Amino acid sequence: MRDLVSRALDTAAQRGAAYADVRVVERRAQSITVRNQNVEGLTAEESLGFGVRVIVDGYWGFAGSYRMTLEEADYVASQAVAIARASSRAGGPQADIGPPEVHVDSYRTPFRVDPFAVSLDDKIALLLRVNEAMARVKSIVMAESNVYYQREKKTFGSSEGSFIEQDLVETGCGIEATAVDEGEVQQRSYPNSVGRHQGTEGWEFVERYDLAGNAPRVAEEAAALLTAKPCPAGTTTIILDGSQLALQVHESCGHAVELDRVLGTEAAYAGTSFLTTEKLGNFRYGSDAVTLTADATIHGGLGTFGYDDEGVPAQSTPLVSKGLFVGYLTSRETAAALGQRSNGAMRAHDFNRIPLIRMTNVSLEPGDWSLADLIADTDEGIYMETNRSWSIDQRRLNFQFGTELAREIKNGKLGDLVKNATYAGMTPQFWGSCDAVCSRDHWVVWGTPNCGKGQPEQIAHTGHGTAPARFRNVQVGLMK
Amino acid sequence: MLPGETQLKNIADRVLAMSGAEQTEVLLFASHSALTRFANSYIHQNVEDTSVEVSVRAVAGKKIGVAGTNMLSDESLRAVVERAAALAAHQRENEDFRSLPSPRPVSRVDAWAQRTAAFGPEDRAAVVAAICDAARESKVTAAGAFRTSAAEVAVANSLGVFAYHRETNADINTTIMSGDSSGYASRLSMDVDAINGKAVAAEAIDKCLRSANPISLEPGVYDVILEDYATSDILDYLAYLGFGAQPYQEKRSFMSGRLGEKVVGENVTIWDDGLSPETMPMPFDFEGVPKRRVDLITDGVAKGIVYDSYYGGKEGKESTGHALPAGATYGPLPMNLFLKPGSASVDDMLSSVERGIWVSRFWYTRPVHPLKVIVTGMTRDGTFLIEGGKITSPIKNLRFMQSYLDALSQVEMISSETRLLHGMIGVSRVPTLKVKGWTFSGATEF
Repeated sequence: MRDLVSRALDTAAQRGAAYADVRVVERRAQSITVRNQNVEGLTAEESLGFGVRVIVDGYWGFAGSYRMTLEEADYVASQAVAIARASSRAGGPQADIGPPEVHVDSYRTPFRVDPFAVSLDDKIALLLRVNEAMARVKSIVMAESNVYYQREKKTFGSSEGSFIEQDLVETGCGIEATAVDEGEVQQRSYPNSVGRHQGTEGWEFVERYDLAGNAPRVAEEAAALLTAKPCPAGTTTIILDGSQLALQVHESCGHAVELDRVLGTEAAYAGTSFLTTEKLGNFRYGSDAVTLTADATIHGGLGTFGYDDEGVPAQSTPLVSKGLFVGYLTSRETAAALGQRSNGAMRAHDFNRIPLIRMTNVSLEPGDWSLADLIADTDEGIYMETNRSWSIDQRRLNFQFGTELAREIKNGKLGDLVKNATYAGMTPQFWGSCDAVCSRDHWVVWGTPNCGKGQPEQIAHTGHGTAPARFRNVQVGLMK
Repeated sequence: MLPGETQLKNIADRVLAMSGAEQTEVLLFASHSALTRFANSYIHQNVEDTSVEVSVRAVAGKKIGVAGTNMLSDESLRAVVERAAALAAHQRENEDFRSLPSPRPVSRVDAWAQRTAAFGPEDRAAVVAAICDAARESKVTAAGAFRTSAAEVAVANSLGVFAYHRETNADINTTIMSGDSSGYASRLSMDVDAINGKAVAAEAIDKCLRSANPISLEPGVYDVILEDYATSDILDYLAYLGFGAQPYQEKRSFMSGRLGEKVVGENVTIWDDGLSPETMPMPFDFEGVPKRRVDLITDGVAKGIVYDSYYGGKEGKESTGHALPAGATYGPLPMNLFLKPGSASVDDMLSSVERGIWVSRFWYTRPVHPLKVIVTGMTRDGTFLIEGGKITSPIKNLRFMQSYLDALSQVEMISSETRLLHGMIGVSRVPTLKVKGWTFSGATEF
């Protein structure tokens, strides 16, 4: 790898690149998906390739390839330079990536059980057992469970002298029961929806979540939701469980603080942000109960690594401090635009994509409440659990979410089951209505392995530490 | 640059020869793709990559394993074959599996334009520069992306299937912005010469300028004109949630148990046809089964579903040629959708609206109730109030919560013109629609 990296850097420099970096990514991934009693997906993928990013006369170019030869390194580096020269055609400011970042280091995900070493028979047997338990419940038409694990070996070298090797492991799992009856479809998922929950851990991640132990409950809840009362419409207090809150944080904070969005470079696809730069340090994003942090160093977080894909060390950055907006997720180029240094948020989907600003672990810091006390303290409202639908406008203001399960809260007690629960709001007003956050006892770093951004589109794996929290005067029940 | 049919067949033959499985399938992708991206009226990202993927499906009785690699050495190919076989050996018997498909004649379609394959970074930059220049002249800002690609796909299996297809793709989109408004345009073609950057810029700039100084409008139920960009989202969700055999058989689809019944208005006809020259044609699916036209909804009546060999086998039916690559767990899906045009001009459609909303496109749409195809999302990039048959004012963007099925039962007019657009999973050719009674549930600040 080192020879190929050096060759590509040398060729880029010879062709006129003022800056170049090379990323080599070797990935192994396996997934097992069991639907009812059929193992419908059993795949093992491997890939290897490299990408060269350059700045030539102030303009960016990038090229990537799967061919791992020195000749290809010459070609790809030359192509990247040619592409950069073409970039100048439309004019515009010259790229400024700020002061050099020079690191020679390595990083390895700490994990206990290599997910690739666990017997395939045991994995399949577990998922079949889980599905069998879910399928025993009447009205369940589809029981699905899956595990996914990957190992990425990344090598990064730059013309500034960085050389970083990383060995990153992720494991994820999820189960889902779908109940159908009389024109109604309901589902329940565990530990999280939209496929699975995932973290930078080994197989111990799956063991922790006891899929088989939770399977009966998941199925029973899906079936019970078929005949639950619909979510009432109105304005009320809501308590969101940690997994739903994780997606709320992701959509309304995490994306909003991506500085590339703020500066307009994602306008053509994902959009921009209402958190424009004049708001930094003086905009009230939420209540005093709301403190949000981006931290790429949290053990097991899906957004945890050693160095980002620009070779900047993983670090922790405050984003919102007791409701005040104080920080962005940045890259070298966007940070330089604010006179700052990058806080290490650049990651690429694969070797053949440029890094973009992606969330690391963007988390709501825990408060003091126990969930039981929070519910007991709530006269009337709705408790909502596990995301079912999500949508937000392109500046991250108007949003609507739906959850799989909800329960009425009356006089401090959880009451009737509620189906098709939805809530909507505007980001700063919503976070301004947060008056209580549960404690670290309830805090989980939820993994979102399916965040889309960029053209061509890239998928990032992000983490969000959250505990349940309460919000007042929220519009609910939008589905007629 | 690309391997070519002979080399891909050679790789496929090597893989099949290496495999000792009862049945083996090899799926090969090769592509060279480049994209020039722009924002704030200059090129800020400019990328290209060359990639190849080999996916092997090994069958042992009724046990299946799938492995993939992007490495083409004999050693790597042997390793991927062994991995697929090892996975199959650990599998459980899938009683629903019948067999990999047998060979059937596959037609060739014309999906290649050499000009597109040869289009380089300077060529793309020139088109983008023209858009940026046009934006600067109008004192607005351009963002967008222009992608050109050349790709090959080949499928082979141990029963004698070999199918090869190559295609080129040029697609461009731009979002033009001012302080309080925006406009959007996109084009898609196999031939880059069909992409007129200046026309794309003009469409989006016009929309941006006309949508400046938007007013607030109370959400509620309005008649709408949905431009083709918005209509394509409706087709996307019907396809993803309802037209595939997997949700159909699992009774999660609005089509389940309703074939032969009226599901939408009788002026709505939807089909899938991968062989049509009016789409981005692809003659076979990812099992090498030839595609054929499938009528999904005809005159409002649920007519058909798309199948692959696995889901077709569960019903004793033939595959319709809609398999996704092995390992995908969504089941078969339509990827070349058509919504039948009508006879109306867009001007007549606008004139017929007493009070309503013109929607240019939707954004961040998500299903809220899959069986009823209730979807929520936002309007974006040009939303206007219509009064007395005329656009009277731009409005701030609205959130909607609408059953797409109900909407298709309330279609009053359909344009004669259609546009080919990228969808969520493939492409669709769609007209502009006038729909009575669309529900807007909220509003945003811009």
